[in-house]
Amino acid sequence: MTTMAATPHVILRVENLKKYFPIRRGVFQRHVGDVKAVDGVSFSVRRGETLGLVGESGCGKTTTGRTIVRLYEPTAGHVYFNGADLSHLKSEGLRKVRCKIQMVFQDPYASLNPRMSVLGIVGEALGAHHIATGAQRKERVAELLKLVGLNPSLMKRYPHEFSGGQRQRIGLARALALDPELIICDEPVSALDVSIQAQVVNLLAELQEKLGLTYVFIAHDLSMVRHISNRVAVMYLGKIVELTDRDTLYASPLHPYTQALLSAVPVPDPSVEKKRQRIILQGDLPSPANPPVGCHFNTRCPVVTDACFEIEPEFIEVEPNHFCACHRITLFERPDSRIKLEISV
Amino acid sequence: MSFNEPQPASEHLLEVKNLTTRFYMEDGVVYAVNDVSYTLDESETLGVVGESGCGKSVHALSMMRLIPIPPGKIEAGEVRLHGRNLLELDDEEMRRVRGAQIAMIFQDPMTSLNPVLTIGSQITEALKLHQGMNNKEAQERSAELLATVGIPEASQRLDDYPHQFSGGMRQRAMIAMALSCNPMILIADEPTTALDVTIQAQIIDLVRRLQDKLGMAVIWITHDLGVVAGLAQRVNVMYAGCLIETGPVKQIYDYPHHPYTVGLLGSLPRPGDPLGTRLLSIPGEPPDLIGLLEGCPFAPRCTYAVERCLHEAPTLEPTEPGHMVACWEKENVRKAK
Repeated sequence: MTTMAATPHVILRVENLKKYFPIRRGVFQRHVGDVKAVDGVSFSVRRGETLGLVGESGCGKTTTGRTIVRLYEPTAGHVYFNGADLSHLKSEGLRKVRCKIQMVFQDPYASLNPRMSVLGIVGEALGAHHIATGAQRKERVAELLKLVGLNPSLMKRYPHEFSGGQRQRIGLARALALDPELIICDEPVSALDVSIQAQVVNLLAELQEKLGLTYVFIAHDLSMVRHISNRVAVMYLGKIVELTDRDTLYASPLHPYTQALLSAVPVPDPSVEKKRQRIILQGDLPSPANPPVGCHFNTRCPVVTDACFEIEPEFIEVEPNHFCACHRITLFERPDSRIKLEISV
Repeated sequence: MSFNEPQPASEHLLEVKNLTTRFYMEDGVVYAVNDVSYTLDESETLGVVGESGCGKSVHALSMMRLIPIPPGKIEAGEVRLHGRNLLELDDEEMRRVRGAQIAMIFQDPMTSLNPVLTIGSQITEALKLHQGMNNKEAQERSAELLATVGIPEASQRLDDYPHQFSGGMRQRAMIAMALSCNPMILIADEPTTALDVTIQAQIIDLVRRLQDKLGMAVIWITHDLGVVAGLAQRVNVMYAGCLIETGPVKQIYDYPHHPYTVGLLGSLPRPGDPLGTRLLSIPGEPPDLIGLLEGCPFAPRCTYAVERCLHEAPTLEPTEPGHMVACWEKENVRKAK
């Protein structure tokens, strides 16, 4: 496990976080197993940066985000926010911390209450935390709507009167209401059209500059993650397999899964696409209820070795600020002799 | 394939002319597809791109005559397959075209497969219907098809139900079904949108290999400009039910002339962008298509729009060989690029 020094500019530190969902069967709801959605992840987020969390569906990226804000109770592990451990806080303490950590959700249709007006949605937290009421609250909501590029005169309207992009802006205004330090964005643009995605991503970047926000940006779209993130963590089947700064990750990925994932992303340029060679992974993602023994990637890895079926690779710093969990890197090869994957067609 | 030489009209495999589809709803008339014309040649791959609601799926469903009537209605146009107008065929004749000559695969492989029938029975159905095979022949051919699309132990998996397949395998089964009668054209409507990138790469690779082997033409409908870049020879860009730009893939990506295409390409993050780069977004939102739009449909969001754009709808006009754009201000757009 990694031990990252508690440097003062680290805003969030996640240590060996686990979230298992029990599988129950039969009349007595016997506990027969666990879906290991998040299986021991560790990382830290620096103040003012954007950490991208990417992976395919079912890799546990959303569960990680939700467990950090305690929408799910962690099965094990710790989450430190500004040095204080969140993972065992009780109601009042947790409520206070939640002002500082907010979340933006994927589906702008499901994440806004259809029976509440925009004023109610954005202003709810202001009332709940006794920050502003009445005219003051209205003023603050107007200010927030302006901040996210919506006309404050729309605050009496209901969610169904807005388009997807506008709804996502409302969700963002709600997240900003309490002056948070950290926002966990869970696929904030993936439900939107391309031209609207660009609007929302630009808005996120502007707000970060203006308000000094820190983001954890969860997405499956690797090109969008590269666009917005300072550092990127790649998840596979409940674990982080690689974590480093964006340029290193995209230019010289170490983990075979990262290499395959990057090569699979289509690039909107015909000349580039023509020359590209793809690493096509065989098979599907195994079930997180029954992950493979050893390295979780061993069923699909093109450079798998015997050790990968027996020992779980450790997530270690193989180069300064470059973390990776792969036997090929840590046991057999020095990081400077990077593996070149055979191109399989 | 050459786009420069003019070809006689009859040599096109498929010719779509002035296709217009509307839906008569309670809230008004939805102008879903407006006067769309283009051609498709044999073994060519055509990409159709656009955002949700731009009419890209409805235009394909109209060609296949699969839109619900009412409320839908194909108002005008021709869809000529080897010169024969599909819109004039009776239902029985059309049924023989679907699947046998033009096959279609859809976005969501779970909802497009019947959950209570085995994969095998769903593939054999088309074989028995179109090819007149008996049960045994159809079974054998189905197993062969499943093996072709890369499903391991194919003959044993014929008795599986769709829920026993993963998302990628279901899409493979759909492709096997679509290919069962050796169609001349495969219409793929967002076939990889519901899949993960690594699975998407598998499916794209599969379709490409099958195309090489079987020589069919493919119409690939998607909102993902990245997928089309690597797959298509020609691209149609649609907006608000209209075809606004069409041309060879390299032309469209390197020298887009329509302000919407320029904006759409600018909205995508590029690998070389340094951190902090702002995306070139398009202001506003697509129109809702209820009621007839006056002028160019893109005018309200367009930074190049002039007075004329608000009143007069532009028509597709050639700019380069094979490259056509519907924009009054295309010269200014090109200069600004």
